[in-house]
Amino acid sequence: MNAYSYYPGCSLHGTAVEYGLSTEAVCQALGVELREVDDWNCCGASSAHVANRWLAHGLVARNMRLARATGLRDLVIPCAACFARFKETQAALADPETAAAIEEVAGGAVPRDLTIDPLLAILSEPGLLAKLQAAVVRPLAGLKLAPYYGCLLTRPPEVARFDDPEDPQTLDRLLRVLGAEVVSWPGKTACCGSSLALSRTEVVLDLSHQLLAWAEEAGADAIATACPMCHSNLDMRQGQMRRAGKGDHALPVYYFTELVGVALGIGNSELGISRHLVEAAALLGRVPAGTRS
Amino acid sequence: MSGSAASHEVLAFVEAASGQKLRECYQCSKCAAGCPLGQAVDLSPQQIIRALQLGQAERALDSRGLWMCVGCQTCVTRCPCEVDLPRVMDALRSYALATHRPAALGEVAVFHRVFLKSIELLGRVYEVGLIGGFNTLSGHLFDSVDLAWPLLVRGKIKPLPPRIRARGEVAAIFARAEARRAMEATR
Repeated sequence: MNAYSYYPGCSLHGTAVEYGLSTEAVCQALGVELREVDDWNCCGASSAHVANRWLAHGLVARNMRLARATGLRDLVIPCAACFARFKETQAALADPETAAAIEEVAGGAVPRDLTIDPLLAILSEPGLLAKLQAAVVRPLAGLKLAPYYGCLLTRPPEVARFDDPEDPQTLDRLLRVLGAEVVSWPGKTACCGSSLALSRTEVVLDLSHQLLAWAEEAGADAIATACPMCHSNLDMRQGQMRRAGKGDHALPVYYFTELVGVALGIGNSELGISRHLVEAAALLGRVPAGTRS
Repeated sequence: MSGSAASHEVLAFVEAASGQKLRECYQCSKCAAGCPLGQAVDLSPQQIIRALQLGQAERALDSRGLWMCVGCQTCVTRCPCEVDLPRVMDALRSYALATHRPAALGEVAVFHRVFLKSIELLGRVYEVGLIGGFNTLSGHLFDSVDLAWPLLVRGKIKPLPPRIRARGEVAAIFARAEARRAMEATR
């Protein structure tokens, strides 16, 4: 059994609740044990690094220490934004002088032997991917999906060390294993506007509208993502886009874990499919019911 | 604009905090070409670097572009000189905040302030408090209010704040980080 310490981050307990539910359901089904980091704090997200890099590093460093305290060396982070912040601090720890400053701010030693991976990378490891392939009972036949990586899973490449920053393939492969058709589209690694959602909403509406339009033009039935920020901008704001004259979208946006869950025969309610703002169950209803083995 | 900042001081802070040498940029404008916010900014990332190179730090500090950058990391990924622009942007914003310089996009600075206050007090982000605090302080009273009910009924936002046990530890991280930033900005 694979075991990982698990950092859900604030989104998976909040706006990305379906990402949290589907992550846990899928990992359980695949025999991946998640040991949640006890009393974790917010990683600082898109704000701490803007204000003060020491704060950003300090907040992450405390979590790294707690992650190691689970007794496990491998940390898995589903949220692309949290993942990016952890990797940034891990990269900063390579410089001894910076590392000493980070430990002073964090109030204690920070482990150097932690491996940090996004959940997408874990589920795409050859062993687990083969296991997943064998466990698919309800292939997503006929579903055309636009794989959306967003910014922070792959960039900057020297820090993220995950897939290709311009044309990543990990999610494409995973979706094909689930039996879906993957469309080719220009939005794979384009930005949704991220944390400007509250402060400059019009910018987010523009960028996210563009992404939805690209996916539709490519013939996609839905977008698949691994980032809570991307999901909330794309799923939550289609109504606001409509009212602002930016398209007439009704495009479901799924976390890749929800799609894995559906293919594994897990029910919609367990995966949190009804939590989307854009109706997301009907499209999945078109997928032929599988035979649970 | 407001406040005066000696350009060489700003440059020294930015280069130290970001670990970047701004002289290495030869203005190829690849960063500006790929910036997703190109349509929405006054100074492009390339122009912000140029302002710093020319000793016009105030133009960079007072630009809208500085606050519009969301750190998508496209520019640094493509830069032929490997100048880490998002780190430069962070360092500039950090300097502006440490020296209490008004931001050209005040609401973006307010968002970050409210977001960080939530972490400092609770250890985690409290969305209801974030939206309420942002709307009150930015004067955008009814922004995103259309989303409040749909999010509540789906369990995506919760009426009560989350709270970690070790809030004191997190508050202490804030205090030590603030002391370190203040030390660097006034050196």
